[in-house]
Amino acid sequence: MNQEGILRHAATRFLGLIPTLLVLITIAFFLIRVAPGGPFDSEKVLPPEIRTNLDAKYHLDEPLLMQYFRYLGQIVSGDFGPSFQYKDWSVNELIRRGFPVSGTIGGLAMLLAFVIGTLTGIAAALRQNTMLDYGVMGVAMLGISIPTFVVAPLLILGVGVYAGWLPAGGWDWSWQRMVLPVVTLALPVIAYIARLTRGSMIEVLHSNYIRTARAKGLPEYLVIWRHAFKPAILPVISYMGPATAALITGSVVIERIYSIPGLGSYFVQGALNRDYTLVMGVVVFYGVVITVLNFIVDLLYAWLNPRIRYDELQ
Amino acid sequence: MNRTLPIGILMACSLLALTACGEREGDFGGSAERRPQPVQLVLTEEGRPAPSVLADEQVVFRGNGEEPETLDPHLAIGVPSSHILRDLFEGLTSESPEGDVIPGAALRWNISRDARTYTFYLRRDLTWSNGDPLTAEDFVFSLRRAANPATAANSARMLLPVLNAREVLAGELPVEELGISLLDEFTLQITLTGPTPYFLGLLTHPIAYPVNRKNLEQFGDQFSRPGNLVSNGAYVLTKWVPRVEIVLERNPAFREADDTLVERVHYLPIEDHSSEVQAFRSGEIDWTNQVPNNQFKWLQKNYPDELVVSPWMGSYFFGFNLTREPFVDNPSLRMALILAVDRQILAEKVAQFGEQPSYALVPPGIDGYVPFSPEYADWSQAERDHEAQRLYEQAGYSEERPLRVEIRYNTSENHKKMALAVASMWKQVLGVNTTLVNEEFRVFLQNRAQKVLTQVFRAGWISEYNDPYSFLELFRSGHGSNDYGYSNSTFDALLDQVGTERVRARRERLMFEAERVLMSDHAIIPLYTYVTKRLVSPQLRGWQNNVMDHHQTRHMFKLRWQSDAPAATENPGPEPQTGPDPAVSGDTEVETVTTEPAGQDA
Repeated sequence: MNQEGILRHAATRFLGLIPTLLVLITIAFFLIRVAPGGPFDSEKVLPPEIRTNLDAKYHLDEPLLMQYFRYLGQIVSGDFGPSFQYKDWSVNELIRRGFPVSGTIGGLAMLLAFVIGTLTGIAAALRQNTMLDYGVMGVAMLGISIPTFVVAPLLILGVGVYAGWLPAGGWDWSWQRMVLPVVTLALPVIAYIARLTRGSMIEVLHSNYIRTARAKGLPEYLVIWRHAFKPAILPVISYMGPATAALITGSVVIERIYSIPGLGSYFVQGALNRDYTLVMGVVVFYGVVITVLNFIVDLLYAWLNPRIRYDELQ
Repeated sequence: MNRTLPIGILMACSLLALTACGEREGDFGGSAERRPQPVQLVLTEEGRPAPSVLADEQVVFRGNGEEPETLDPHLAIGVPSSHILRDLFEGLTSESPEGDVIPGAALRWNISRDARTYTFYLRRDLTWSNGDPLTAEDFVFSLRRAANPATAANSARMLLPVLNAREVLAGELPVEELGISLLDEFTLQITLTGPTPYFLGLLTHPIAYPVNRKNLEQFGDQFSRPGNLVSNGAYVLTKWVPRVEIVLERNPAFREADDTLVERVHYLPIEDHSSEVQAFRSGEIDWTNQVPNNQFKWLQKNYPDELVVSPWMGSYFFGFNLTREPFVDNPSLRMALILAVDRQILAEKVAQFGEQPSYALVPPGIDGYVPFSPEYADWSQAERDHEAQRLYEQAGYSEERPLRVEIRYNTSENHKKMALAVASMWKQVLGVNTTLVNEEFRVFLQNRAQKVLTQVFRAGWISEYNDPYSFLELFRSGHGSNDYGYSNSTFDALLDQVGTERVRARRERLMFEAERVLMSDHAIIPLYTYVTKRLVSPQLRGWQNNVMDHHQTRHMFKLRWQSDAPAATENPGPEPQTGPDPAVSGDTEVETVTTEPAGQDA
């Protein structure tokens, strides 16, 4: 692989990040302002005097364009501003505290899903149309179709309340409190990866170069590991980019049911409360995470797939 | 927050309730007898719980709903933060476990003859949690800060009864003109615009708590962080991990520190009601903020001793848009729709938690006020339906020409159930064709306020202070929350009189009259009055049900479990502890445990 080509590719991709983010910020900024209502609306309507004071404090009394440029200026200096809702914390602090939690749970879930998903997928592919295959794929179908908001309360009830093996929820960075959310989060992904791996593995096993490898008398495990595995997980890798981004940025459902202080709830709560700064902060952060992950997937692809050559792309 | 709860979670909850009801009964969640029971409460001569019945570890875990938005008492808005702030700070007045106003930082006070000037005499030995003396000047500084436009305090509306508060908030007068003055080191005077009988109650609200000036100047907007925050209440802030927990420890400098039994309290922000119940069931919390609305039967069966349901200061009703067709100038039609609702069924079968059917605006139990009761409250539902049909026809509607109407509500399973039930009653009795419209909360609020799209809409009010005026005020012409478009000069005049009346009985009479006028104009469809509902560990005692739903941790204490109890030998009246004692576990009311403050002489 051409080193220089990769570097050049990486550099262009990173430069491409800036206009992408600018578009994202602009759209998100005006979209949330278009949504009816504002951060200080509630059923207990504020007297006009107090409303004016609040608008002035948060610069909501300025023209929208001016607010937009003020916001852009802030972002350039890395400051997402104060949260409208959580007044004692800045958006930067909330993200700094929320992301490690979501990232840990999501990362562990992805790891678990990748290992179990690919192993079961390969096993099913090697024993195609046997009981094992049907069993694994049946369970995978279940895993995909049963939503997490059903699995999570059932796990809490069974493992947490009745058996008392693990805490029912909450967060303190101990492994006991991570098990249930990680498993819940990983289940549908395991199922999806298993199906993907099985499908592509079957396809790869039928290709000519595998037949050649077998014909020259290579042991079966080497055929699988050295020749079939890498191309077979290509679709999994391209799925993993966006999937990892989705997992590590936090799931509202999981966070709510297990009372976990991740990022996902900030996004949804922020949008519902019209907490403009919080929503914007999380959106920009998501944007960066997703772009970076897609970039990593691109590089992985090149490493796994000999058909992609960066020097030829230039 | 109910409105953000995806329907999916609610489905999951009902599924969970089903599985829970299924087979495991009598196993774990099943019968109360198998769970540990606390020992029976024994009081000392001073009326304090005897040390022998107290658990060794006085640590309380309270489920607290959403993450509090701030611990700056002047900027706080929501219920979750106010629970914590009541433990951290103390205003001039405080509250007993029953919710009555008692002396706080002020030992006593005088009220002038015109009921407009309050003179407060502070206790002389008060200190902040850092040891600094607390004087009247701290209160003057703090109230001025709360009203300062630069602070932009959302709850500053609570201070509007204070003289010049409106002008100060509007920036027309400097904060020094606020009706509060320092008489000497331990005396201060507050002047009001008019007699405000609930003013002493307002002073228990966080907006009236003192903040430490030095602390504030040193740390700025970080002053409410653990380690920085200096407070004057029974507890101090020691830990705050956002959306994980807030931990408070007993404040040894508090004036009643010796009588404060709970050493540490953890507030856990658990948003999901079902998760909160699971945390309670697995013993992680002693006190839930809420219970899921659809699990009443199951909870009642399996947690009869722990489930506590009590009246709350709130009304749930539907509003009419009185400025548009079909309801403008059409009292017969409005009355027909009001009558055709069977409130008994709504309360018992739809709301389910012991909510009371409501026929007027103000809920019962507010500061001795007896709400207005319309004539039809005493009729049978058949009689009401009959009259409803007559009025409906009189308004020009019939089976051939039915009324078509929309009920608008913010997205929530409860509001939907309620709207569905009302719609089906109207259909049955009158043949009305109702469309249900649900909207995201802020969209809903905007539509309500604009009074263009709305016809019938979900409404309700939970008061922040113990006075009927809080409810009546909403219907004043031009009031910010008057989304009904109600306007009646007689009603407004009555409210003006309420604002200047200082004889309590006459004031109540005026409010009653105002409520009568409002209800006779058929401006709203009363449905039910709210209750608070939660699970409380039988170990946790010292608190009482009250309409405010205010519960300070300093009044609480934890009983020993029977299994942990030492052999009862030196107790004044020891009972052999075998099996659940009906006096302890039979009802959820705490009997006569009061923690009367020591130096009370107001």
